[in-house]
Amino acid sequence: MASEQENPLVQGLERLPVAPTTLTIFGATGDLAQRKLLPALYNLAHEGGLPERFFLVGVARGEKAHEDYRAECEQAIERFSRRAPDADVLRGLLEHVRYVPGTFDDEAVYGELARTLDEFEGQAGCELNRAFYLSTAPTFFPVIVEALGRQGLERHEGAEVRVIIEKPFGTSLQEARELNGRVLAVFEESQVFRIDHYLGKETVQNMMAFRFANGMFEPLWNRNYIDSVQITAAEDIGIGGRAGYYDQAGALRDLIQNHMLQLLCHVAMEPPVSFTAEEVRNEKVKVLHAISAPSAQDVAEMAVRAQYGPGHAGGEDVAGYLEEEGVREGSTTETYAALRLEVDNWRWAGVPFYLRAGKRLTRKITEIAVTLKPVPHLAFSQDGSLGVRPNQLILTLQPNEGVTLQLGAKIPGTRMMIRPVNMEFLYGTAFLSQSPEAYERLIMDAMRGDPTLFTRNDEVEAQWCICDPILKVWEEEPGPLAQYEAGSQGPAEAREILFEGHGWRAI
Amino acid sequence: MPAVSDAVWGAQGTTPEAIEAALRNLLKERHAENGGYVPARVLNLVAFVDGQWSGEVANRLRGVGRYHASRTIVLSYERGRERLDAHASIASEADPAPGELALLRETVVVEIGARHLDDLATIVDPLVVSDMPTLLWSPHGHPGAVDALLGLAQAVLVDSIDEPVWRDAVERAQKLSRRAYVVDLAWLRSMPWRERIASTFDPPRMRGELGKIEELSLRHHPDSTVAAVLLVGWLASRLGWRASPLVARGETLVGSAKGRRQNVAVRLESEPQQTVRGLAGLTLRTASGLELSLDRGPGGLRARRRERGGEEHEWTILGASRGEAGVLGEGIRQALLRDPTYVPALTAAHAMLP
Repeated sequence: MASEQENPLVQGLERLPVAPTTLTIFGATGDLAQRKLLPALYNLAHEGGLPERFFLVGVARGEKAHEDYRAECEQAIERFSRRAPDADVLRGLLEHVRYVPGTFDDEAVYGELARTLDEFEGQAGCELNRAFYLSTAPTFFPVIVEALGRQGLERHEGAEVRVIIEKPFGTSLQEARELNGRVLAVFEESQVFRIDHYLGKETVQNMMAFRFANGMFEPLWNRNYIDSVQITAAEDIGIGGRAGYYDQAGALRDLIQNHMLQLLCHVAMEPPVSFTAEEVRNEKVKVLHAISAPSAQDVAEMAVRAQYGPGHAGGEDVAGYLEEEGVREGSTTETYAALRLEVDNWRWAGVPFYLRAGKRLTRKITEIAVTLKPVPHLAFSQDGSLGVRPNQLILTLQPNEGVTLQLGAKIPGTRMMIRPVNMEFLYGTAFLSQSPEAYERLIMDAMRGDPTLFTRNDEVEAQWCICDPILKVWEEEPGPLAQYEAGSQGPAEAREILFEGHGWRAI
Repeated sequence: MPAVSDAVWGAQGTTPEAIEAALRNLLKERHAENGGYVPARVLNLVAFVDGQWSGEVANRLRGVGRYHASRTIVLSYERGRERLDAHASIASEADPAPGELALLRETVVVEIGARHLDDLATIVDPLVVSDMPTLLWSPHGHPGAVDALLGLAQAVLVDSIDEPVWRDAVERAQKLSRRAYVVDLAWLRSMPWRERIASTFDPPRMRGELGKIEELSLRHHPDSTVAAVLLVGWLASRLGWRASPLVARGETLVGSAKGRRQNVAVRLESEPQQTVRGLAGLTLRTASGLELSLDRGPGGLRARRRERGGEEHEWTILGASRGEAGVLGEGIRQALLRDPTYVPALTAAHAMLP
């Protein structure tokens, strides 16, 4: 039964083996590394999920000893891990942590890194796969990738080398293309893992199970039965301490270009032939290609942007965006964006996809609402009741992950009166397991070489093809931006992009 | 589960219908009190326990944390009891925050006597939530009760280590597995070991070594011979070995298995210093001179590999101990999954019975 091709011992195991690996984090002292990456690595170690030989190298600017970096890692894990660390496991993890100081454009850093990686291999007595995690400002992505190439670190005899690149992958189509060009001049596409952490969320993966593991929805999932789709990512908080990043990005770049277009793809994609990375990503790219890039004239009709002004949240007065610390005076960065997109293919022609994302809205919610067409003939009187409404299927991603189906039901009594009722399913009530953090899943998948939950080069560029024209028009028309009160449903102007008879769902 | 919110009900000389109605009312009351309370609907757990040990079982179940069954029905057995008494509680781990949910889990304790055993299924059937899988657990033996309730269950939880004689454990598990899906805690305790062995031989250059294994030694807690036998059974079933009956030599069991190209010498040794149940260590040797050992250690399994040239490497494979509560929780979770490798491992283990 044992063969060179298959490992007969993996059948029945929930956790598949991961080859011995050294993970190098560039930007190892940054916020993402401290809050997400290090806790994720600890949790993988705790659950026995890391490769059996695992080494970690942190690369960052500040000079510090290995011991000091290990102490920083320990503090970050103790503070941000989803579980209290086990002292023995934590000690075991930190034992194999090294720190390489220096700036990312300094060739000496890569020489030191190469020596460290070789030392680890000597220690392990076997070739180790190499994963480079770029958790830095985007301007350093090409700098690091090219330096890795010059040092010959993009290949390793007898082992796999992978590069994991954080978002944002460019801030425009041109930048994304340039970055892809520079990255792919050094690495093969199969070595590149572009992170969109939304794809690591169980909730997003559940959408595929919902659509493709249940026969009842697919017959309705087309223009004949679906009237419109609304995708909402609303946050009740402001920009917090992220003004430096957010004021350069805005809602369209921060959420819509990546996360929300991914959600749209999951709603609209055709069933893949198989759940292999290439098949799934091919289907998503087809959806993006079916969305026409808007012309400059179209933008005013299909896109709205706005900024939150002063208002109230949680019973407190809150400042408007322009009064937030770190925001440029007179900034025209949008904190709210709404789009109307159309997927021009056989399945979806004529069905509007409304997307909206914003900060300082009434509450935090991420949902996809699919509104079905109304019934063709109504035999019931609607007097004295809310009447018959089109069915809605709502997939809630957060905070309470679940599925709600709005149905018409008879109001008890002698008359035949109808009102909408909800049939609800909540994932939390039906599963015992706790969802792992998105980064735990994504780091594991990258180390294992499974790119299914990562964004491919053509996918990123197709996303930018949709958003770029909108951003260009907005940049040419600097303002003033429409305003909405903090803690509200968003700007009244958002209604202007809806087709007649449509309305935004209450947030 | 530390409950912060409890609704309780109790009655003496009651009926299953009255208990079920009481549970429905309790749920309605909780939901009316706060719409954020929603009942978990994952799994029924039916536990048949000796009355005198029901507190100990309740403590064990409290330790499983998030793997708590949605509805737990404890049948607390006292031989001489004539009357059917019951109490029920509905608890959540936390009060729901605004806009959030809090899961409710239900526990029913039904006190029964010998006179109820003949009609046990008619007591339990109205109490399990329909359309939800049911896991049956009888930690204190009582095979008659298990047989009576097996028709209501989709899975049965056993701990083969609890059987005083390992041969009986294998035979009992095999018999049960013909009638229901068996979740065996003795098997689950070996999961990290199986994962590590699979991982060691996963690199393509190592897979060829699987066909060259010629020695397998397992060390185990003195009460956990069956855990070691199951692990040998797993390797035998996955690698196509034909195992022969084991022979006792003092505290050690020895035997052999016939692979496609080689014979495998098997040795199972009791490790008196081991304080926790399950495996203590294993050593694999291959015909090409590779030796791999795994032993329990702080923070994970201590691994040692000696290459054919004599070069040695030691390291720790990180992983926190789940503890017995964690193993039980994992057993409850596994009732919702299907491991296709347990029954073949059990069948191979059966072939090793002396």
